[in-house]
Amino acid sequence: MFMDFFWAFVVGGLICVVGQILLDVFKLTPAHVVSSFVVAGAVLDGFNLYDKLIEFAGAGATVPITSFGHSLLHGAMAQAEEHGFIGVSIGIFQLTSAGIASAILFGFIVAIIFKPKG
Amino acid sequence: MITKDNYAKDIKKYQPKPNLVKNCIKAFLVGGLICVIGQGLTIFYMEVFDFTEKQATNPTISTLILIAALLTGFGIYDKIGQFAGAGSAVPVTGFANSVASAALEHKSEGLVLGVATNMFKLAGSVIVFGTVSAYIVGLIRYLVEQFL
Repeated sequence: MFMDFFWAFVVGGLICVVGQILLDVFKLTPAHVVSSFVVAGAVLDGFNLYDKLIEFAGAGATVPITSFGHSLLHGAMAQAEEHGFIGVSIGIFQLTSAGIASAILFGFIVAIIFKPKG
Repeated sequence: MITKDNYAKDIKKYQPKPNLVKNCIKAFLVGGLICVIGQGLTIFYMEVFDFTEKQATNPTISTLILIAALLTGFGIYDKIGQFAGAGSAVPVTGFANSVASAALEHKSEGLVLGVATNMFKLAGSVIVFGTVSAYIVGLIRYLVEQFL
């Protein structure tokens, strides 16, 4: 149990350090960094590597935005096995639905309840 | 004469130098901590609701998004972001923050043209690039699996 937390901390932290280096050294904008990370997650999952990272680091790999790319591809591949080419379109948002839906819902509620600052 | 090139060179000495090591440590600590909270939530959903680790991922991410959206509303997440840099931008909470803050910022323009239209102004790039790259990788992998 303790080791689960430890590796989640280390791996999640290291992914953020890579992002910080891209920001400070390569002068990318935050939008470029997160977009690259999502693409990286999808490509890593294409080689079945991201699942190994999740197995090892748990939330350290599922919480960073790279896991969004991984989930997109995972949903697409699961449906592609059943329906062929069309399955890629059917399945692509299947696993990411919870994340996108809750971001829209909670973002909307927050915008209604709170007053903008500054 | 001031040209674009020597202007960029001239102002360089007046720009604050980012302290790379310090920034990386801050990003590491905050990013790691967010993942630890995520790990705690995953274990909570596994123990209390009998989810498998895979099934627990979605409620974990939704809970983190809820927390981040609320912290954005209170103006706290932006302060964390100033301190942590990529440490708060890279986790999925940063995605939620960009959705909620864009929606909140344009509230004065109304619910349809303000909140709803601008909600994905910042987060849209994540969805677009994620979807396009997953499509391409998915098709390649499907072809490879079929014909090799």
